Amino acid sequence: MSTTTPATPPSLPPAGRTATKDRPHGGVGDRFRLWWDALARPTQWLVGVPFLLFMAAVPLLNIPVLTTQGTDFGGVMAQFGMIALIAIGLNVVVGQAGLLDLGYVGFYAIGAYTVAILTSPDSPWNQTGDGMWLSREWAWLAALPVAVAITAISGLILGSPTLRLRGDYLAIVTLGFGEIVRLLADNLDELTGGGQGLRGVAYPRAGVTEDLPSGVFSAGNASGAVNSGVWWYWVSLVFIVVTLLFVGNLERSRVGRAWVAIREDEDAAEIMGVPTFRFKLWAFIIGASIGGAAGALYAGQVQFVIPTNFNIINSVLFLCAVVLGGQGNKLGVILGAFIVVYVPNFFLGRQTLFGIPIDGDEIASYKYLFFGIALVVLMIFRPQGIIPARQKLLTYGRELYVAARRSAARAAGRAPGRTEAAATTSGKESS
Amino acid sequence: MSTHDPGGIGAGSEHGDEHLAASGRADSEAADHYLPGADVDEPALIDVEEVRPELADPQLVDALVAPDRAVHARMGEPLLQMQGVTVRFGGLVALDDVTFDIRRGEILGLIGPNGAGKTTAFNAMTGVYRPTSGTVMFDGASLGKAKRFSITQRGIARTFQNIRLFNEMTALENVVVGTDARHRTSVPGALFRTSRHRREERDAIDRAMALLEFVGVGGRATEKARNLSYGDQRRLEIARALATEPKLLCLDEPAAGFNPAEKESLMGLIRHIRDDGYTVLLIEHDMRLVRGVTDRIVVLEFGRVIAEGTPDEVTNDPKVIAAYLGVPDAPESEETTDAPA
Repeated sequence: MSTTTPATPPSLPPAGRTATKDRPHGGVGDRFRLWWDALARPTQWLVGVPFLLFMAAVPLLNIPVLTTQGTDFGGVMAQFGMIALIAIGLNVVVGQAGLLDLGYVGFYAIGAYTVAILTSPDSPWNQTGDGMWLSREWAWLAALPVAVAITAISGLILGSPTLRLRGDYLAIVTLGFGEIVRLLADNLDELTGGGQGLRGVAYPRAGVTEDLPSGVFSAGNASGAVNSGVWWYWVSLVFIVVTLLFVGNLERSRVGRAWVAIREDEDAAEIMGVPTFRFKLWAFIIGASIGGAAGALYAGQVQFVIPTNFNIINSVLFLCAVVLGGQGNKLGVILGAFIVVYVPNFFLGRQTLFGIPIDGDEIASYKYLFFGIALVVLMIFRPQGIIPARQKLLTYGRELYVAARRSAARAAGRAPGRTEAAATTSGKESS
Repeated sequence: MSTHDPGGIGAGSEHGDEHLAASGRADSEAADHYLPGADVDEPALIDVEEVRPELADPQLVDALVAPDRAVHARMGEPLLQMQGVTVRFGGLVALDDVTFDIRRGEILGLIGPNGAGKTTAFNAMTGVYRPTSGTVMFDGASLGKAKRFSITQRGIARTFQNIRLFNEMTALENVVVGTDARHRTSVPGALFRTSRHRREERDAIDRAMALLEFVGVGGRATEKARNLSYGDQRRLEIARALATEPKLLCLDEPAAGFNPAEKESLMGLIRHIRDDGYTVLLIEHDMRLVRGVTDRIVVLEFGRVIAEGTPDEVTNDPKVIAAYLGVPDAPESEETTDAPA
């Protein structure tokens, strides 16, 4: 309409501006999204719950294509659950609020070390054992909220001075934070055991039987289909579902809108009445506490924390999961986490692939090289990630989107292909 | 809607050439411009009257859009007072002891040649720049060192000369971000979906849809902002600013890049906004638009106020004519004064 914008026939996607980020093709993701959005709430539950049960059953089904050879598949899935949780937390910071955090592993470490310091017999502040606050059975569960609270506070401490910075500067400062945490863990020998780490971290003592005197979560439960890895995977699934519900609530509220507004144009957001600093700090705090919960899971699972597990390269790997899967898309980042964890484990110990002899261990040891190449290729061909963000930022008003889709479909019926672009851009991600 | 003769086709802005070429076509379409669905190039996605039947009633739309907050200043009394405001950038004096009032319920035009300090004055009001000296009084209190977001929450909203929408959000979401400025829930309320949070969310969408209907983009509410046409983006910015329920709405060259027909249509919208109970500050190059819509005009040149008064007084003021034309005795000001060098 306006004479300054070249009139584009509506059947063509607006050239240039949206060529990569908003491709109006009937891709699998878009079609899935349209289908999912059209379902009523109860139907979504009817589909979602069985899917979740299926996901929980994956380690038990022994699917031949999926099963790993060199490592225990249950353990791989446990690791996937943890990294998925981390990716969801990092996605709040990086994907939704658009704050590049390269030191996220710091929060993961703080969560793990909090549990370890409170419950490891090596630690001077050990609270378990005779006459102490925590019983051995419940110590892990009791330490978990403490770990989440302490990481949240550390998010606040890191965020308050640094969130005044933007872009590259923020990335560098957070990178430093991740290193500081690791170096503290390495050097505060009295508290953290230094390079020796802390052993004997508490874990939930559930399902104790005569065969398993230390319960299903202990590393001793190593054989059989339902080993400790599977149990930890199930615990992570519970964490993931709860976190997704909470993060989803935030996303479809003033908070999520503020984050996206900050990501899009921080100055404009502030001038439109968004207290940008406060909401950036909230993003940091929420992201940090999710990372802390993942760290607590990790400490409980391996029952042993050492500083080398919290190298900066892990931060990069977490970020890789988020970027690979699709920044800002919760399901996307979970998929990204799966790829990052599963693919190296898939090659581990594998001698043949499609009948071709390969050295799987060698390939797995080059995982960072391959992830690097994958990221470069992705940035060129699909910078928005495997599943691009289609955030849903409103709690209500679904009928408006349904109406838009209905009329777009009607228009498409009248003139095939004419309003395809309109139909897909209004399709919204629901997760 | 149009009360002015759109004959002054040449009276364009810096984009005048394109407009001359397109003006014939645009004029014929102008009458339909605000009607959702009337525009062939951009089909309305939502039949708003079907989804929100209540919005078919223009009076209800007006009532939903109207500001619902206490204003201390009475009608006609000063709402915002610039008191000796000076803004310096190093050695450059961008604003020099600028004093003027904006009265509640009026449309005030702030004009001046390029570089006169219009946008600087605007930025000093909205907290983007801090005055080097002088104060900005707003509805009885000094803005002092208030943060930018709190100035918006206190009741000054603005649009941008170069559109700054949240491009990846839908039109509706953009406007709801504006309504959030008046909301109280934060992270705890949203996490646990408290009743206040749910009420605010519902009200926000109702009001946002009314605002989109009000400015004429209701049919494209679920479209991403960056996919809207240029004109719709400008109108969406106005809706987003109105969503904060401002006591004072500041429009920074809202007609930039518009053709004459679209300008006519915009003038109607600005008047409609004022009639709905808002006070409007308008920065504009286009003299015809400013004269047609404003109640009073303040003229800046080199950071100083050189004239203030009704449109007729100001446009006949020799100092103003001199400022615009650079020739002290230029006789015909009507059609040419709005083409700054």
